[in-house]
Amino acid sequence: MVSVFRNLWAYRAFILGSVRREFQTKYLNSMLGIVWTVIQPLAMILVYTLIFSQIMRAKLPGIEGDFAYSIYLVSGILTWALFQEVSSRCQNMFLEQANLIKKVRFPRLSLPVIVTLTALLNFGIIFTLFSLFLLVSGNFPGIVYIALLPVLLVQLIFSVGLGVVLGVLNVFFRDVGQAYQVIIQFWFWLTPIVYPVSILPEHLRGFLAYNPLVGLMAAYQDIIGRGQWPDWSQLVPLLILGLVLCVLGLKLFRSRVGEMVDEL
Amino acid sequence: MGQISVTNLGKAYKVYPSRLARMKEWLGLGVAEQHEKHWVLNDISFQVAPGESVGIVGINGAGKSTLLKLITGTIQPTEGSVSLQGNVAALLELGMGFHPDFTGRQNAYMSGQLMGFSVSQIRELMPAIEEFAEIGEYIDQPVRVYSSGMQMRLAFSVATAKRPDILIVDEALSVGDAYFQHKSFDRIRQFREQGTTLLLVSHDKQAIQTVCDRALLLNAGHLEKQGSPEVIMDYYNALIADKANSRLEQTYRDDGRVETVSGTGEATVAEIELINEEGQAVEAINVGEKVTLRVVASVHQDIERLVLGYGIKDRLGQVMFGTNTHITAQVQENVRAGEKVTFECEFVANLGQGNYSVQTALVSSDTHLVDNYEWRDLALVFQVININRQHFAGSSWLPPRIGIHRT
Repeated sequence: MVSVFRNLWAYRAFILGSVRREFQTKYLNSMLGIVWTVIQPLAMILVYTLIFSQIMRAKLPGIEGDFAYSIYLVSGILTWALFQEVSSRCQNMFLEQANLIKKVRFPRLSLPVIVTLTALLNFGIIFTLFSLFLLVSGNFPGIVYIALLPVLLVQLIFSVGLGVVLGVLNVFFRDVGQAYQVIIQFWFWLTPIVYPVSILPEHLRGFLAYNPLVGLMAAYQDIIGRGQWPDWSQLVPLLILGLVLCVLGLKLFRSRVGEMVDEL
Repeated sequence: MGQISVTNLGKAYKVYPSRLARMKEWLGLGVAEQHEKHWVLNDISFQVAPGESVGIVGINGAGKSTLLKLITGTIQPTEGSVSLQGNVAALLELGMGFHPDFTGRQNAYMSGQLMGFSVSQIRELMPAIEEFAEIGEYIDQPVRVYSSGMQMRLAFSVATAKRPDILIVDEALSVGDAYFQHKSFDRIRQFREQGTTLLLVSHDKQAIQTVCDRALLLNAGHLEKQGSPEVIMDYYNALIADKANSRLEQTYRDDGRVETVSGTGEATVAEIELINEEGQAVEAINVGEKVTLRVVASVHQDIERLVLGYGIKDRLGQVMFGTNTHITAQVQENVRAGEKVTFECEFVANLGQGNYSVQTALVSSDTHLVDNYEWRDLALVFQVININRQHFAGSSWLPPRIGIHRT
């Protein structure tokens, strides 16, 4: 375990360089460049706000104020996008970098680190803008804002653990990647992000307990939407699950890495 | 530093009949193993001492590249182990994973980082890399516009920007043009003199013979032979002509050199001698002396075409001159069993001082790869001594008339 970190540390120049290159590649041949990082989520937010709070006139109890729904929505959507980016890209990273893996010797676990840092960078940009908007519009949650850090950490542990497990499996069974893309669609709609829990009929709410991301999203919505400290106990199952996935991912990676290179 | 030791190394790829079979095996369903092992390398053991240069030869598919990948650690062995001491620079395949959309400079940084260099180290090395690669302004162009030769230049320059303890090169050099090949070999030689251990895969006989101290021959995943580059290259040459009912022998001569004989045996060299102008067989001749190489071939089976080829090789095994009777349009047709064919090749021995050997080939066409009746290395050994010429250097006698004008 220690040697994993030592190896990664020795390759920090490569990792940081790769993050930079990833970032550049994304906008290399585009004119608007970094602006796209903002436009994409903004468009999504606009669509959901229009459809749900204006056109469908959904009753969203417990959420009042001009921007209330938008803030509730954005706090979930941005963090969900981070989860989705990290887990899907981890799931695909070994296949994507097959060329490099086959030709050059380097610590392969730097790949999930690069994916995570790149995603965090994108997230950082958009989330900073969002925070500025909160400040300007007078909706800034105050001191509870710092609670975002531990919540984000729990989220990352879970996303990376899940991503590495899926990533290794996906090399051998490409179905995994395809299936995950379908599953994550359902997962998004089965998590109260666009809608609040309260609009669900009573008898369905019980099922939410089986979705580990419900607590996570609730934490973000509490912090940003309501300016409250999150219910930490809701995050414990996710943390445990995340740690289990990380250990499992590392074990799976260790035992299959040789075979994995042969398979790429 | 710079030691490589390979012990009982083996590599097999798992072949599953289907994806489902793999899943069953992973989940522990089904009692028996579902996969078959496809072995590409078997029981390879050898050592490379610090500072030694070793060449690896073998036909395509013999397992050379797999062996190098195992040594560099990009793939993992199924059996046995590899241990390396010292830092390694490897040029396994063209481009080292260059990203086509990034400039040569950006890719150089990435390759450097992949080798574990920090940004500031690479920044320091960058001018030297640019200078060595000699690709000019292309360094700031995206790699997708590079020719394969340019990519190779850049890849080689980055990989060798800093002298490694161990340098591993896999045929990459054959991509470059003659100029860059020379340049890169010079750099390899320099590194060698400074103590770098070298492992080189090449089909280029000259490269192996001039750079390597020792050569390994891989055949069908086995380490078939190891020895001096000349011996191995002669054996390799014979091996690629190796066909059904062909024999291949190497015998150690009294002077410690190895004679390689191979072929299917329809015709063999019965006698070979070097004759001077007085008609005497000699072993030592003077620089520039007119001599005749007399070869008598015995024919054991009826053959349609008989061609004699010969080459004169220097001490290091480099061919000084070679020709054959196909080139000279003297093919003997419809030769009967029991005939003896005598070839008399008269030439002026414009050779420098030293030891030379003659290799002969009895074949049916321009190459020994079609029908190889007999291929014989070191069929004859002779010496060239300088009796009455001015002292000169080199392996050729090219006497000049030197005109000097002072104004």
